[in-house]
Amino acid sequence: MTLLEATDLRRHYKVRAGRGPFGAKATLRAVDGVSLKIEAGRTLGLVGESGCGKSTTGKLVLGLIAATAGTVRYAGNDMPPTGSAAWRALRPRMQMVYQDPLGALDRRLPVGVQIMEPLAIHGQASPAERRERAAEVMTAVGLQRHQFDRYPHELSGGQRQRVVLARALMTEPDLLVCDEPISALDVSIQAQVVNLLLDLQDRLGIAYLFISHDLRVVRQVSHEVAVMYLGRIVEQGEAESLFAQPTHPYTRALVSAIPVLGPRRERLLLQGDPPNPVDVPSGCAFHTRCPFAVATCRAEAPVLQPTADGRQVACHRADEPALQVAA
Amino acid sequence: MGVPLVEIAGLTVDFGNDWRSRAVDGVDLAIAPGEALGVVGESGSGKSVTWLAALGLLPARARVGGSVRLEGQQLVGAPARLLESVRGKRIAMIFQDPSSCLNPVHRIGRQLGEALKLHRGLSGAAGEAETLRLLDQVGIADAKRRLSDYPHQLSGGLNQRVMIAMALAGQPDLLVADEPTTALDATIQAQILALLAGIRRDTGMALVLISHDLGVVAENVSRVAVMYAGRLVEEGLGQDLFDAPRHPYTQGLLAALPTLTGPRRRLAAIPGTVPEPGKAPAGCSFAPRCPLAEPRCMSEPPASRRVGLLHRAACHLQIEPGFSAGALPRAAE
Repeated sequence: MTLLEATDLRRHYKVRAGRGPFGAKATLRAVDGVSLKIEAGRTLGLVGESGCGKSTTGKLVLGLIAATAGTVRYAGNDMPPTGSAAWRALRPRMQMVYQDPLGALDRRLPVGVQIMEPLAIHGQASPAERRERAAEVMTAVGLQRHQFDRYPHELSGGQRQRVVLARALMTEPDLLVCDEPISALDVSIQAQVVNLLLDLQDRLGIAYLFISHDLRVVRQVSHEVAVMYLGRIVEQGEAESLFAQPTHPYTRALVSAIPVLGPRRERLLLQGDPPNPVDVPSGCAFHTRCPFAVATCRAEAPVLQPTADGRQVACHRADEPALQVAA
Repeated sequence: MGVPLVEIAGLTVDFGNDWRSRAVDGVDLAIAPGEALGVVGESGSGKSVTWLAALGLLPARARVGGSVRLEGQQLVGAPARLLESVRGKRIAMIFQDPSSCLNPVHRIGRQLGEALKLHRGLSGAAGEAETLRLLDQVGIADAKRRLSDYPHQLSGGLNQRVMIAMALAGQPDLLVADEPTTALDATIQAQILALLAGIRRDTGMALVLISHDLGVVAENVSRVAVMYAGRLVEEGLGQDLFDAPRHPYTQGLLAALPTLTGPRRRLAAIPGTVPEPGKAPAGCSFAPRCPLAEPRCMSEPPASRRVGLLHRAACHLQIEPGFSAGALPRAAE
């Protein structure tokens, strides 16, 4: 069952490109035509470099910020407008988990109080029931009951992220948008939280939109993966095959840039930095850094098209076998 | 190893009065001229503090003990004049966040010129020519125009290149790179690491690469030291250490790492957390999280011993190569 379906989402910001208050106006296309589907109980991974629009996409699908254009359907119905009563009523069904747990928690409140807060906000359950439910959820995420009265600074980074997760789980959501949920944690703690997320999905059937720049972690948790570059999805497909045989030149560069422990692989080293999103190159936005770019790439923007192996790729040269050999 | 360039012996760093809050606890480490050494560890393991202490860059309340010798010359407790002639000139350091290391109100060219004047006495036309050469060496295109840019006009990757150029200004024998790519995107990280490898090839400079990312270290250095809670737990040649780690912590760290290839399996997480400062156990600091811990691990700190060619581990147990504590069944995570 499709839990969430976003179609042609766009979010544009008006910015000043020139200097000072009278500078030339420009449009920053943070998200520019993103369509994605999240199935109930499954995980869609969203990867890309900083500034590619992956976090904005996460907020757009929840309606935390209003889209400039495009539609979101949640469990078969249109998403109500941001801030409306109907939207508020839907909010307990979908929650957000951020990167920095210390920033997401109130330092002056015991964590238990913060875990109970979502139920108070949505007016669910009596105070006694809230406390009981908080204790249950804390156990589910691997926290101990005596930690209920602790303050965030008394817990370790991994425990704080468990508190944030516990709070998000209080309203029994169907969908969690996790924005770099483990990037702030140490390596040995990351594995604990990754395993916890997978266990929770198994037990509770939660769907995740998992946003991260760490491809190894995304591969570990995702069923499907979408790769973003400058506000658009350039490749989307089944997680394991996408990382084993990336098709889009950008995905290939991204995968080959990951340092590995084993034997060294051939690396596709990109030149330069990603372009400024205010001034997106013509045609395919990646052509300025793409080693395979031809004249068509500079003129025409490629659209996402299904390939033979069930992948979706936005590249003019995706079908050329010669290109695969060159990589 | 021949004569070491830098030899650290029994280095300790205390920030408080309690021995339990030791940030670095008896680190022995040597680096040969031209060698590339990786130092891995989690936050708070002391991997950065070790090198800050070696260069006398810690605040006054930190008490540094032991010895750090640069070609025989003692740096711990050395007079400021001596340290000033070492810092930037013999040993340079670059940090994680380049934009906070550069002065935001001065142009790139001026900041590079300052380093050249300080370390090499170059100024005027000679200084400018050398500045351009350095920017060119670190792969900044259109160097001439960049000289008049401010740090905020450059991307994170370009700023890190400027920092590397500034570190190269003194033609150091050793570059200590503390998480140089952690704040950068994956494709930019690959560029910067390729650049560092190229510079090392051209100049024969030694490199200490401090990172939490085992992959980054594995691909860029020949020898690796693993730190945990202020102590050096294992040290060896890269492939030996990654193929057959002997310390349960190194084994756990490797088993906890998701991979990009091969079948997906459940990650073997290391239970528990790093001991808080001031609460280090009396014995081996990894003992509370170690699946193999014995009673003596709790009370006696293990000494570092040889487990193979250029391979040392600080563990009481005789762990055979091939055996992995990371694969043992675990109690609650």
